[in-house]
Amino acid sequence: MSVNALKIENLKKTYRNGTVALHGVNLDVMEGDFFALLGPNGAGKSTTISIISSLTNKTTGKVQVFGHDIDQDPATARSMIGLVPQEFNFNIFEPVIEILINQAGFYGISRKVATRRAEKYLRKLELWDKRFDMAKELSGGMKRRLMIARALVHEPKLLILDEPTAGVDIEIRHSMWTFMREINASGTTIILTTHYLEEAESLCNHIAIIDKGVTIEHTSMRTLLDRLRVETFVLYLEEPLSEAPICGDYPLKLVDSNTLEVGVAHSQTLNEFFHLLSERNIQVLSMRNKTNRLEQLFVTMMRDGNAENYSGVQA
Amino acid sequence: MNFSQQLIAFNTIMVKEYLRFIRIWVQTIIPPVITMALYFVIFGQLIGSQIGDIDGYRYMDYIVPGLILMAVITNSYSNVVSSFFSAKFQKNIEEMIISPLPNYIILAGYISGGVARGVTVGITVTVVSMFFSDFQIHSLGITLAVFVLTSILFSIAGLINAAYARSFDDITIIPTFVLTPLTYLGGIFYSIKMLPVFCQTFSMANPIMYMINAFRYGLLGVSDIDVTTALVIIVAFIIILFTLALSLLNKGVGIKP
Ligand SMILES: Nc1ncnc2c1ncn2[C@@H]1O[C@H](COP(=O)(O)OP(=O)(O)OP(=O)(O)O)[C@@H](O)[C@H]1O
Ligand SMILES: [Mg+2]
Repeated sequence: MSVNALKIENLKKTYRNGTVALHGVNLDVMEGDFFALLGPNGAGKSTTISIISSLTNKTTGKVQVFGHDIDQDPATARSMIGLVPQEFNFNIFEPVIEILINQAGFYGISRKVATRRAEKYLRKLELWDKRFDMAKELSGGMKRRLMIARALVHEPKLLILDEPTAGVDIEIRHSMWTFMREINASGTTIILTTHYLEEAESLCNHIAIIDKGVTIEHTSMRTLLDRLRVETFVLYLEEPLSEAPICGDYPLKLVDSNTLEVGVAHSQTLNEFFHLLSERNIQVLSMRNKTNRLEQLFVTMMRDGNAENYSGVQA
Repeated sequence: MNFSQQLIAFNTIMVKEYLRFIRIWVQTIIPPVITMALYFVIFGQLIGSQIGDIDGYRYMDYIVPGLILMAVITNSYSNVVSSFFSAKFQKNIEEMIISPLPNYIILAGYISGGVARGVTVGITVTVVSMFFSDFQIHSLGITLAVFVLTSILFSIAGLINAAYARSFDDITIIPTFVLTPLTYLGGIFYSIKMLPVFCQTFSMANPIMYMINAFRYGLLGVSDIDVTTALVIIVAFIIILFTLALSLLNKGVGIKP
């Protein structure tokens, strides 16, 4: 029988000031998974993550990391988790390499082993040249990568990343994706929080969405995307139009005289739609998805306020 | 964590804490040395020469033990209070909280940093005092015991202060309103036998008075109170404050929202 990398049951959290951040979060993350934890600002993602990693006391509920309860067996649970928090939390006056070696030391890893691992991860995250710099001298993107390297020095089985790509340039972001895929392929379970939904869509196999402290969705990425009944495409036309044409039951909207938006349902084909356009002598120069698919779903779910209405955006 | 892992973790915190105050030695080691040198010159040499002997010692010689211990107290305390509070403030305390480190190792690590600072400053100040006073040691054992135990006690006190503190102001309130008055009224500059009777009774409630007298006994062999009582009091305070500090860490007071 395999145990889950993470199992959370009915997790509730009320902060001292009275804010109820979590009303009942449930999560199951399988070992080896690449898992997306999504939700709007203030949904409770970071609160959930802080509780898993012992930074915040929970109010009630149960959290298990690879079968180890965080209350009954905290040391074992903690030793299996690597955390990249949302906010910078290193001593800015410490040199980069010291931050890594000290972090390993807190896990009981000898200086010799720690030094070797620090080199490995600093090189991977392209920070090796900066190893003797004080952390405050790094750029924002470098600081994020420093936190990723720090989370890996004790080689955790579960890596939790709270918005690791926020403020990171596109090139580094792509190399971070490659790196995260590599880490995941080598057997590390990853939980990723991000507001870049194309990132979640391309990296993750399973997904949970939290809204207002409740898990409103918990499924595989594939199942979720299949629920998107209508996809919206943007077409760029050769000749300007004065009003949106009527094309069967495809909903059309003229954004400007040369740009047309169309909603295509799962039951319909693009071929038929283009056929209708050709009949009306409308030439299309190029076409793109209006948003990525996950984003389209997400926006609808948040707008409609519940998880049952996945109709996709109407054009 | 097994024992050797705990030892590595403890060592990590200790070295980190040691390097922290050594790196900023101009702020941590030099100021107490200057303050103490001024005390030696002004109270010891200038004013002291106008004052008669106390317990058979020149005034200068009489005040040296108290001044050394005062440096140990304030430096142990302020090392831990500022290090722990800034770790809270910058959130790098989280590096320890997420790790499997038991809380007593965190506590022991910070104490070791405070003791290292107290001892470093204490020794430096002692060396400076040798220029002004004939240095002597009556009992090395008692001198070292009081030196180290006092340093441990005030390191723990500093951590408790830092755990409760919410702002930089909060870490100066206790030193200013509690620690400094108690130290000055603990008989650094006088023998409590010189006080009116009711002030003497009052002084008996001041724990720092016991430490200063025990330390003075270690160096000069004179004391206003019984040295064994003093040692018992210091150890009792250590046990009480250690237990309190550990329970604060276990509950996450001031650390975990
Ligand atoms: N330390 C705290 N004290 C009181 N309330 C808090 C604290 N931290 C978070 N909250 C509140 O808890 C709720 C959830 O916050 P949380 O940081 O978990 O959201 P999030 O999903 O991570 O959002 P974001 O995407 O903006 O990072 C918010 O209403 C927030 O104001
Ligand atoms: Mg967050």
